[in-house]
Amino acid sequence: MKALRNVLNKMKPAFQEGGKFAKLESVFDGFETFLFTPNTTSRSGSHIHDQNDLKRTMITVVIALLPCLLFGMYNVGYQHFLAIGEASASWSTMFVFGFLAMLPVLMVSYGVGLGIEFVCAQIHHKEIQEGFLVSGMLIPLIVPINTPLWMTAIATAFAVIFAKEVFGGTGMNIFNVALVTRAFLFFSYPSAMSGDKAFVKTDGIFGFGEGTVVDGFSGATPLGQVATNVGESLAPIKDVVGSHISASDAFWGLIAGSPGETSMAAILIGGAILLLTGVASWRVMLSVFAGGLVMGGIAYGFSTPTYPASMLDPVAQLCYGGFGFAAVYMATDPVTGARTKAGQWVFGFLIGVLAILIRVYNGGYPEGAMLAILLMNTFAPLIDHVVVSRNINRRLKRAHTQS
Amino acid sequence: MLSKKNKEIIFNPFSKENPVLVQVLGICSTLAVTVSLEPAIVMSVSVIAVLAFSNVIISLIRNTIPPTIRIIVQLVVVAALVIMVQQFLLAYNYDVSKQLSVFIGLIITNCILMGRLEAFAMHNKPWPSFLDGIGNGLGYAMVLVIVGFFRELLGSGSLLGHKVIPQWLYDAGYTDNGLMILPPMALIVVACVIWVQRSRDKELQEK
Repeated sequence: MKALRNVLNKMKPAFQEGGKFAKLESVFDGFETFLFTPNTTSRSGSHIHDQNDLKRTMITVVIALLPCLLFGMYNVGYQHFLAIGEASASWSTMFVFGFLAMLPVLMVSYGVGLGIEFVCAQIHHKEIQEGFLVSGMLIPLIVPINTPLWMTAIATAFAVIFAKEVFGGTGMNIFNVALVTRAFLFFSYPSAMSGDKAFVKTDGIFGFGEGTVVDGFSGATPLGQVATNVGESLAPIKDVVGSHISASDAFWGLIAGSPGETSMAAILIGGAILLLTGVASWRVMLSVFAGGLVMGGIAYGFSTPTYPASMLDPVAQLCYGGFGFAAVYMATDPVTGARTKAGQWVFGFLIGVLAILIRVYNGGYPEGAMLAILLMNTFAPLIDHVVVSRNINRRLKRAHTQS
Repeated sequence: MLSKKNKEIIFNPFSKENPVLVQVLGICSTLAVTVSLEPAIVMSVSVIAVLAFSNVIISLIRNTIPPTIRIIVQLVVVAALVIMVQQFLLAYNYDVSKQLSVFIGLIITNCILMGRLEAFAMHNKPWPSFLDGIGNGLGYAMVLVIVGFFRELLGSGSLLGHKVIPQWLYDAGYTDNGLMILPPMALIVVACVIWVQRSRDKELQEK
């Protein structure tokens, strides 16, 4: 450790104002504080001093995302080998295939996002902020695996610049950066983001996992199938080769979908990590699920073949699609969500309700979690404002009756 | 021909008094007609014509308009000119007038027009008013053309209806950006133009 510190100390002058690499000052600072606790402390105002700085918080979320990431990689491989009729391949083959499929997406997402963060930090002479560590991990998990890399790159750049940097960087953004990336992709390149071809990787990677797709293959996600259901009752949901699947398959996650969102089990492990470490708000998480259950129940009660998704029972409603992932990792974003306790209940509940509302009653969007959260991001400050001013009024009244 | 003051009248609307970028007027039509370049240009020309002539007419009769009913008088003048432009477009450029649909008619309610009539034509002689109309119209046109250029290029891969993005690029996997065709992206493109303008012009930067 000491040797590393000495190396850094030796390098430092070159990166400071007037040094040879002054243009890379923020990059150096970023790596230095990544390796060592900074030796400067705040000098003004009152601050809460805590071990738990932004870096540690962000890393905790990244760790909580690992179950989803690892399972996502396995599932990408599993769906691929299922589609080419080699379901007997060993799990390690599947995992390696999925790893190779996801690695470029991870690299593009981190490369583009952190690149922009570094440049912005240098322009404003600020420290590099760590917010993108999480966004960069979320993006590959919520973008369909077959999305071309250049689209992901453009969308990431757009989201980091227009959803984050223009508002002042980490902690200032109104909208969840990863969701803006996905929304940009969704509205810009709808054909690459939905339908049969987006969610299951059918071609091999540099000769690995080559094979032809089996007859009767369909890459539609469960919710995609539900949305296009015709007839009085809901046809059984099928996997990519046509076998029936149930809500329990959706719970464990061996279904078609964006890499991170399929497995409710992995999401719940991650959610437990977030709650135990106190990084995410349990109020938001719980109320999103409550809202989803309530709206799912209402839709199920009034189910009609006109809106086929209303024929899904409420629990299945929560297991399919990106609802769980959105509830655990996206709605709980402390920056873009409501901050007051009462506000968090309202915020989360409305996300749950809206997600199912959009999913069921808007034929154009088989999944509504993304739009629900982005919409509620807009209202989060308003919700907080109402809560705070109600509190103020209540206390004012109390003060007046006493005088 | 142009005195220094008149030069300012005609050229200021391009930079530090731009009706769209600085005064943030006429945003509605900026979002609506800039999906492609051609309607944007036709819209610009229409606004320039209506703005210049309504400015002149109002300036000519400015001393006879009773202040209590001045807005309605301005509206009548603008409406008459807009209907003339509309009929002209229907006769000579039917396709584009179809694309512009209600937005030619809505020039009547364009804030830039009311703003210039109230702020300038009511207090100035016809010639400066004419120049003011041309200048503000061109300032508006400039933004429309820039936004229309980028939206058509990135959203449809064409300019003025001609394909400019080569076929081999599409074959290689390039896809037009569907978001560019939707109104929200127009707002973001306008924001980018404002961003560029503010970063170049120190006077406009807010502290």
